Amino acid sequence: MLKKITAVIMMVFILNTIIISNSNTSLAQTKGEVPGKSLGIKSDTDLWKYVRNGNAGTTQMKDELSAVMIQSEGDNWRALRNGPVSMFGGIGLAGIIALLFVFFLYRGKIKVESGLSGDTILRFATLDRFAHWLMAGSFVLLALTGLNILYGRYVLIPILGPELFSSITVGGKYIHNYLSFAFMIGLALAFILWVKHNIPTKIDWQWLKMGGGIFKAGMHPPAKKFNAGQKMIFWITMIGGLSVSMSGIALMFPFETSMFSETFALLNIFGLDLPTNLTAMQEQQYNQLWHGVVSLGLMIMIIAHIYIGSVGMEGALDAMNSGKVDRNWAKEHHNLWVKEEDEKS
Amino acid sequence: MARMKFLCDAERCIECNACVTACKNEHEVPWGINRRRVVTIQDGKPGERSISVACMHCSDAPCMAVCPVDCFYQTDQGVVLHSKDLCIGCGYCFYACPFGAPQYPQAGNYGSRGKMDKCTFCAGGPETDMSGDEFQKYGRNRLAEGKLPVCAEMCSTKALLAGDGDEVANIFRERVVSRGFGSGAWGWGTAYQLKG
Repeated sequence: MLKKITAVIMMVFILNTIIISNSNTSLAQTKGEVPGKSLGIKSDTDLWKYVRNGNAGTTQMKDELSAVMIQSEGDNWRALRNGPVSMFGGIGLAGIIALLFVFFLYRGKIKVESGLSGDTILRFATLDRFAHWLMAGSFVLLALTGLNILYGRYVLIPILGPELFSSITVGGKYIHNYLSFAFMIGLALAFILWVKHNIPTKIDWQWLKMGGGIFKAGMHPPAKKFNAGQKMIFWITMIGGLSVSMSGIALMFPFETSMFSETFALLNIFGLDLPTNLTAMQEQQYNQLWHGVVSLGLMIMIIAHIYIGSVGMEGALDAMNSGKVDRNWAKEHHNLWVKEEDEKS
Repeated sequence: MARMKFLCDAERCIECNACVTACKNEHEVPWGINRRRVVTIQDGKPGERSISVACMHCSDAPCMAVCPVDCFYQTDQGVVLHSKDLCIGCGYCFYACPFGAPQYPQAGNYGSRGKMDKCTFCAGGPETDMSGDEFQKYGRNRLAEGKLPVCAEMCSTKALLAGDGDEVANIFRERVVSRGFGSGAWGWGTAYQLKG
C-alpha cells in the first residue's frame, strides 16, 4: 500500500516536472523576445518603429499630448516655416515693392486726364468708410506684428537688442490677438455692404482684356461701382480673410479645432489623398503654416492696393477719405456707376 | 568639454515615476508643470516598455530654430537653455519639439500661456549660477554645483543615465553586450544625429 502511494506520488511528481519543464522551455526568452503567442510588440525593432512613427503610449500625465514620445511633424513644420514660407514670403514682399517702384517710374502718378472738375459725387457713405478703415487699420497692424513674429528675429534683434525686441514682441502679440476681432468685424461688415456690387459680370471681362487701362494713358475700360480688379481684391480679401480668421482663431485657442482634418476630408471627395486623422499637434502646425502663407499673400496684394489707392492715382484716396470723389475721376474710372447715380437723382 | 546627453534604458525603466517627482521637488517646479514624464508602450501587455522622456538637449534643436524672439541658447556642454525674461509664451517651441518637452504654466490661449518651462539638464538659466533669481525661474543649477541631473542620479534601476555622452554610451554598450538584448538608445537618432 505504502509502495503504491509512493509510486503514485512519484508519478505525479515526474509528470509535474515534465509539464513544468516543458512550459519553462516554451516560456524562455530568446534575445529579448516576448514569450507566449500573444499580440504585442515582439522585437525591439518593432517597438522603436512604433515609437518613432509618433504613436502614443500611456502616461500618468493629465495632458494627453504627452503620451506621444516622438512627433516628427514638428521637424517638417520647422523646415517649411523657416524655409519656403519665410523665403518666398520675403521674396514676394520685396518683389511687389520693387515691381510697384518700376511701375511708378514707368507710369508715374495716374492723373485725371480731363482735369479735376471741382464737382464731387458721393462714392462711399460713412458706414462704408468705417468698415474699410476698421478692416484696413487692423490689417496693417496685424500684418506688422505678424511679420515681426516671422522676420523680427533676423531684422530687429540686431538693431534693438534682445530685451527691447522681446518687450515689443509681447506687445505685438497682444495687439495681434485683440485687433484680430476688429479685423473680423470689419471684414464681415465690408462683405455685407459691398457684396452686391462685386458679383462678376460681362463688363469685367472687357476690363480685364484691356488690362484695366492702367498701362496706357487715355485708355478707360467701362466699370460700374467696382471694376474687375477691385472685384478680385474683394473676393481674395473675403476668402483669404475668412481663412486667415479661422486659422487665427485655431491658433488663439490651440488644440481645440480640427479644421484641417475636416477640410482635407472635403477635398478628398475630389480624388485627393490627404490625411484626415491629424493629431491636435498637426492641426496647430497646419494652422500656423496656412495662417502665414495666406496672410503673406494678402499682404503682397494689399501693398499693391494701397499703392494704386494713394500715390499711384490722383483722386483715388478721396473715395475713402471724404467719401466724395471728383466727377471727372469717377467718369474716367467708373463711368457706368456715374451714369447709374445720375439716373437715380 | 563633455557633451551632455540623456539616455533611458527601456529594459530597465519600471515606470515608478520617481524621476518626475524628484525633478519637481529639486527645482520646485510649479503645479501642473512636469519637466519629465514617463510614457509606457503596450501598457499591461506582453512587451511592455517604459521610457522617461524630457528635453533631450538636441544638437540641432528645433525649439531654438523656431523661437520668434531667439530666447534659446546652447551651452558649450550641449545643454539647451532659454531665457524666461525674453520668452513671450507663443508656444512655437512646443509645436516644433519632437519630444514634447516645453511646458506652460497655463493651458490657456495664445496670449496667456505664460513663460515656457522645460528641463534644464539641472543647469539653470542665463542668470548668475546658483543665484536666487536663477533658482526661482529655472530651478537648481546642479551642474554648477558639480553634480549631474537629479532624475538620473536617483533612478533606482539606473535606467535613466545622464552625463557625458561618451560615458553614457559606453555604459549602455556594456549593458547591451552583457545581457545580450535590448539595444536601441531611444531618441538618440532624433536628438543627436548631428555631431556637436
